[in-house]
Amino acid sequence: MAKVLMKGNEAIAESGIRAGGLCYFCYPITPQSEVAEYLSRRMPEVGGAFLQGESEVAVSNMLYGAAGAGVRCWTTSSSPGISLMMEALSYIAAAELPCVIVNIVRAGPGLGGILPSQGDYRQAVKGGGHGDYRCLVYAPSSVQEAVDLMPLAFDRADRYRNPVLIIGDGMIGQMMEPVEFREQEFPSLPEKNWATDGCKGRKPNVVNSLYLNPVEEEQLNRKLGEKYARMERDEVMFEEFNTGKPYRALFVAYGTTARICKTAIKKLAEEGIDVALLRPITLFPFPSERLNELAEPAEFLLSVEMSMGQMLEDIRLATCCRKPVHFYGRQGGLVPSPEEVADEVKRLLGSAKGDR
Amino acid sequence: MQTEAVFAGFGGQGVMLAGMVLAETGMNLGREVVWLPSYGPEMRGGTANCTVIIADEPIASPIVLHPRDIVAMNRPSLEKFCGLMRPGGYVVVNKSLIAVDPDRDDVRVVNVEANRIAIEAGSAKSANMVILGAYVGATGVVPYEALVETAQTVLKKKPKLIPVNLKCLEQGFELGKQARAD
Amino acid sequence: MQTIFKRPEALAVQPTHYCPGCTHGIAHRLIAEAIDELGLRERTVGIAPVGCSVLAFNYFNFDFQQASHGRAPAVATGIKRGRPDLVVFTYQGDGDLASIGMAEIIHAANRGEKFTVVFINNAIYGMTGGQMAPTTMPGQVTSTSPFGRKTDDVGFPIRMCELLSSLRTPAFIERVSLSSPKHIIRARKAILKAFRYQSEGRGFSFVECLSTCPTNWGVTPLKALEWLEEHMMPYYPVQNFKDFEPATPEGGKDAD
Ligand SMILES: Cc1ncc(C[n+]2csc(CCOP(=O)(O)OP(=O)(O)O)c2C)c(N)n1
Ligand code: SF4
Repeated sequence: MAKVLMKGNEAIAESGIRAGGLCYFCYPITPQSEVAEYLSRRMPEVGGAFLQGESEVAVSNMLYGAAGAGVRCWTTSSSPGISLMMEALSYIAAAELPCVIVNIVRAGPGLGGILPSQGDYRQAVKGGGHGDYRCLVYAPSSVQEAVDLMPLAFDRADRYRNPVLIIGDGMIGQMMEPVEFREQEFPSLPEKNWATDGCKGRKPNVVNSLYLNPVEEEQLNRKLGEKYARMERDEVMFEEFNTGKPYRALFVAYGTTARICKTAIKKLAEEGIDVALLRPITLFPFPSERLNELAEPAEFLLSVEMSMGQMLEDIRLATCCRKPVHFYGRQGGLVPSPEEVADEVKRLLGSAKGDR
Repeated sequence: MQTEAVFAGFGGQGVMLAGMVLAETGMNLGREVVWLPSYGPEMRGGTANCTVIIADEPIASPIVLHPRDIVAMNRPSLEKFCGLMRPGGYVVVNKSLIAVDPDRDDVRVVNVEANRIAIEAGSAKSANMVILGAYVGATGVVPYEALVETAQTVLKKKPKLIPVNLKCLEQGFELGKQARAD
Repeated sequence: MQTIFKRPEALAVQPTHYCPGCTHGIAHRLIAEAIDELGLRERTVGIAPVGCSVLAFNYFNFDFQQASHGRAPAVATGIKRGRPDLVVFTYQGDGDLASIGMAEIIHAANRGEKFTVVFINNAIYGMTGGQMAPTTMPGQVTSTSPFGRKTDDVGFPIRMCELLSSLRTPAFIERVSLSSPKHIIRARKAILKAFRYQSEGRGFSFVECLSTCPTNWGVTPLKALEWLEEHMMPYYPVQNFKDFEPATPEGGKDAD
């Protein structure tokens, strides 16, 4: 198929449809309303369901309902809207329902601003809602990757019976890049014999997250824990850049900031400074193992984020602080430039010398 | 090889579309492209701009602090971006609306009366195509034929507008080419 | 020399960010005039919603809080219950009040919270770029109802005044229009009365202002006013729905 030039938000919308996400609920919020606008036109063409709900609280519970009835369903929103979905997300995870939630993150906290940010890392990766649950979290860094991750997200949601988050930032949503909608093959999925889709010929099914018996609740928690452990074993995805030759420092960055680091790496190479990059594609599970290996030859690690340093904590945990882990970031909707990031590396290399 | 151009002007001057046509042309030629709009509070009625990157290798950062080229449709845009561009780049200035000259002597200036040319060609709204033509004429960043082909497909749904827009593209292109030769 | 027109003291000296021809500005002025007339400025607290009027705190010259989307009535309840001596009002759009904030507005009204609500019904989501609102007219094209609002799919527009007047507690409910000088004078009176009732300690007061959004309706400001009168006013009758004293502790008067 020929490539088409598409805005991230519209490409995500189209890819969601092609991945079989024919049931979509939404509530408008910048910078991702184009997904809803695109689908309001496109869904009728493919016979899918499009509904603008009265709030994100409602939308997330519509997902609970549709997913519980065995329907491939999804939504897109941005930070304040995602916060309102946290209660339902906890219920969805507890009831082990598959759905996909895309967060085109904007600057916060509070109403914040509408410009790009990565301030929702912790909310996405560590929970956000109450209780002991996790979501599989993907972080695309290009429009093409966002397109490619949609079918994977739906497949993994069904396979694990778990909510899957895709987090991009305003830039991924608003930027146009050439994309190709490639067919992806997945092994067949188990039948949704748990869904509440009519009990003809079977015992009634119940979708529920209430366990008053502590032993049963513990069993659920353990079962979920095992599922998350399987994700950590099987689902880790990352990209390496410039790791094939010796390097002095290692960037760790995801999404848009990873691309900025790549340009910074090229600029630094021109000055004879070799730096590499590890770009997590899954934020949970975090690529801890590979990070440890790549950290080994580096003098230090530098986490570059559009936040005050949230992934930073996971990098420190993964490497057990065996190497210095530094942070460089911009906040509030400002995006670090490759020049700033390169300068930070030079500054750190300089001061490291001074320390000796 | 990578070129970056910022197309900037008032909302409604068609700078976003001009940038899109350029990006799409690059894509049709099999090159890597990014089109990044400014979005935010300024969207409402104010200024608009987009960055178009065309490259031979995958494009890393979509954010460019110092673009090579600037296409300015109005004075605030020229003033905002001219200081940022790299030495040796092209700045295309819409002389119909910008009375001043760029205050730099290390960049190549292409002056185009985009609004006048567009009005004379019969469509005041097509000043964006004049300036796009001039940019391509001056920089040669994509072949002219490819640009025309893309413009035709983009305007496919409004066939009546094709001839006047192509005329605008062409006149801009000729002016740009001359400026390059000068 | 006689002054016949001046900026109300309750209005800040500050140009607004509203689009040309938007009626948000008129509503702001009417509120400021009412507050000045009643001498309430120094004990008034406004609640800004999430919507085009999110920056309303810049345009008024008294205290303000900014609430999360739809929750202004809960925020106002908090203030009023904690400090009954303050004069409190929320200023909310139709997305904010009639969609995401439906629960908060109904419960605040039903409890008879003693604050004032100025509800701006422009039949669309302005701030986010023209998506469908619960108040969008049947057949009206918006960016999320590209084929026009289909009532068999998403129902008919919600009439908030009618809905709230089915509750017994509210003290004052009126719908006005900002479409012409004649209507604006009526709107001014309604807003004044709502604030007067509040300052007299009567119950919940609610004024719905039929408004325009020329930008997202995609028409000129003048055409927008015509469209409001032709399409919205027949469906949203401009009238008083409720105007009475609240029930006294003894059970008292009950106007149902
Ligand atoms: C929780 C949450 N969801 C969505 C949004 C995005 N949002 C901002 S304003 C708005 C609606 C504005 O429409 P309306 O209330 O009708 O006011 P208007 O802009 O028309 O004055 C929405 C949905 C948000 N800020 N927070
Ligand atoms: S978008 Fe609509 S409601 Fe918002 S300021 Fe403009 S005209 Fe007014």
